[in-house]
Amino acid sequence: MQKAQTVFDEMNGEAGDVRYPYEEYQKWLSGEDPARLRRKSSAAEAFFRRTGITFNVYGREEAAERLIPFDIIPRVISAREWARLERGIEQRVRAINAFLHDIYHRQEIIRAGRIPKELIANNNAFLPQMIGVSPPGNVYTHIVGTDLVRTGENEFYVLEDNARTPSGVSYMLENRETMLHMFPELFSQVRVRSVSDYPKNLRRSLGDCAPPACDGKPVVAVLTPGIHNSAYFEHSFLADQMGAELVEGHDLRVVNGRVAMRTTRGYDPIDVLYRRVDDDFLDPLNFNPESQLGVAGIMDVYRAGGITIANAPGTGIADDKAIYSYIPEIVEFYTGEKSILQNVPTWRCAEPDALAYVLDNLDELVVKEVHGSGGYGMLVGQAASKRELSAFRAKLKANPGNYIAQPTLALSTVPILTNKGLAPRHVDLRPFVLVSPRSVNITPGGLTRVALKAGSLVVNSSQGGGTKDTWVLEE
Amino acid sequence: MLGKTAGGLFWMFRFLERSENTARMLDAGFRIALTRSTAAENEWASVVAAAGVTDAYTAKYDQYIARNVIDFLLRDTSNSSSVWSVIEGARNNARLVRTALTREVWEATNECWITLKDLLAHPISERDLPEVLGTIRQQSALVRGALHGTMLRNDIFDFARLGTYLERADNTARILDVKYYVLLPSASFVGSSLDNVQWESILRSVSAQRAFRWLNPGEINPMGIADFIILDRRLPRSLSFCYAKIVDNLSYLEADYGLRLDCHEMAAPILQRLKESSIASIFDEGLHEFITAFIRDNMALGAQIEQDYRFIG
Repeated sequence: MQKAQTVFDEMNGEAGDVRYPYEEYQKWLSGEDPARLRRKSSAAEAFFRRTGITFNVYGREEAAERLIPFDIIPRVISAREWARLERGIEQRVRAINAFLHDIYHRQEIIRAGRIPKELIANNNAFLPQMIGVSPPGNVYTHIVGTDLVRTGENEFYVLEDNARTPSGVSYMLENRETMLHMFPELFSQVRVRSVSDYPKNLRRSLGDCAPPACDGKPVVAVLTPGIHNSAYFEHSFLADQMGAELVEGHDLRVVNGRVAMRTTRGYDPIDVLYRRVDDDFLDPLNFNPESQLGVAGIMDVYRAGGITIANAPGTGIADDKAIYSYIPEIVEFYTGEKSILQNVPTWRCAEPDALAYVLDNLDELVVKEVHGSGGYGMLVGQAASKRELSAFRAKLKANPGNYIAQPTLALSTVPILTNKGLAPRHVDLRPFVLVSPRSVNITPGGLTRVALKAGSLVVNSSQGGGTKDTWVLEE
Repeated sequence: MLGKTAGGLFWMFRFLERSENTARMLDAGFRIALTRSTAAENEWASVVAAAGVTDAYTAKYDQYIARNVIDFLLRDTSNSSSVWSVIEGARNNARLVRTALTREVWEATNECWITLKDLLAHPISERDLPEVLGTIRQQSALVRGALHGTMLRNDIFDFARLGTYLERADNTARILDVKYYVLLPSASFVGSSLDNVQWESILRSVSAQRAFRWLNPGEINPMGIADFIILDRRLPRSLSFCYAKIVDNLSYLEADYGLRLDCHEMAAPILQRLKESSIASIFDEGLHEFITAFIRDNMALGAQIEQDYRFIG
């Protein structure tokens, strides 16, 4: 079904004419000297290095801190395109929050037979500790990063919902800063919507979810696993931008029924904890007893309304890749509307017919682990050798429930600057969504990830992908 | 402020100060080794001793020769006080306390790390040593400049300064601890030319040779040097200067937090003793005893600050 795909280039379209969102940019670009652009490109790299915008790579001593390559050609989205994406994302995020509430309370969706019971009951991402717990303001996913891909003029698909702890928002902000710094004149010619309110909105959105125990101005802190974590830069960046404390597990303890941080004057209670550690490590008393990253007893404080944890524990059930395939049903069930954004067709390998199909067509499919992320443990059939395919076939047969498969989509391309001029590369898009009891706020744009190798479809930074500034044009 | 953050600031600035001091001591040692080849081995041994890493050094090397000492003090990752180790330590602490630093201070620290990472990637030849030492001092100065120019004068600043001055006092005292004998009257009576070189070297290792000459034109004597380095409150690396600053910074914290703690009780008498002492009384009491006691008190104060302000849980 995926043979002879044509690739949609977002700048040049299918016919090779510059598409209208890029018209203004193209005007500017055609007046630029390519040598100057390449100099700017190295200047950008130096800027990132000096600022310390790096991520840590596990298990590679010599390159412990790496830069994510930044490409200076922006990815441009028109106001109209964005308006539709925005509606679709909001609908989806609202449905996911309703789903999470339901799944940890009455489980109407299972009673209605819309999703199978086993999918929840046998799922490690489902936290029994959350049954009957209502988070402050009933918000489960305070921060979401919805991964989108595009295959044509009007074809967008949601690839993943990332309802746990999506990362990358610091790159969205720093990419824009870098572009403003390097090409100030460009921004006076093209009217691009600003992204710089994100930290302020994040702070407000988290504050709006303060727990019952909070009196006065909510105290917000960011919980990081520490300076060796791959996303530490982002954790410190967000804390800094929000004016929040950046804490680690050993800074925290439960004092008088509140989670409190050790300050130079004693222990001060925290109202909202934006945690960047996984559920399993959050509380050694309630989950993994070996964890050094969390706070003993935080779940008890949480259940008693003493703290807000963002995102709520147990949200992982909603971005599990097996649940993903049911999201269109979930959207319909809770909103009564058809899903605005499409899902990528997905074969659940747990189902025998689907498994048979996947095994027969492995060389054309992308297979993912149900609980995986970051591009690890994934098979891209078209790029795999015979030996890799047969090894993967064996893994699939041994544990089919652990996998889903999707067609290899012809992801859209946007040009990057190479030594030989512009060249198209595949991209995806991660817009960032903030949810509070009052509103769903989506920053215009998001993080565009780009595969730097010609023809490659893998955009993950851990696998050598880069990023681009993402522009949403003003009306 | 988090206790951890206070501790991170304190150590970030201790480490930066240490990198600069090690560079200064190497510079002074190198000069003696160049001009007095017979004294070189002793001189390198005392540089290593003043850096407080004699045991680690002798575990690795048998002899005090320039190449090994330079490598051990500048680049060796097994030496936790080598310039590279402390610069890494300073930057790791800066990352830890990133939210407490201005962008300028963070970038200066990161730049320092990037620059020295390249500079210290390979062994340093004697030919390149002066330039490398100059760069180390300059990088540390750039961070200090950013700190002074951009940071709020609040508790964040106080903890940074406490780290700087405790480390500096420790360093100056250690130099005196290793070299006290060349300042004793019995040795100085002769006033041999080697003594002169040694005195110069002590002054050089606290960047005070020019200031001393300027204040005491035409005369250089060991008691004058000791007086200058221990008691002169105009000299920014003297023990008196450091303690005046430590007590100041602690008093700002006391006022800010409205809390007088054990560390305040401990710091005041150290400053008081320096104020009341004359260099003659110190020599009477015993220069070495005085210095040893000072180093011990200074360390104890560091530990007390750490405890009082909850650096560690």
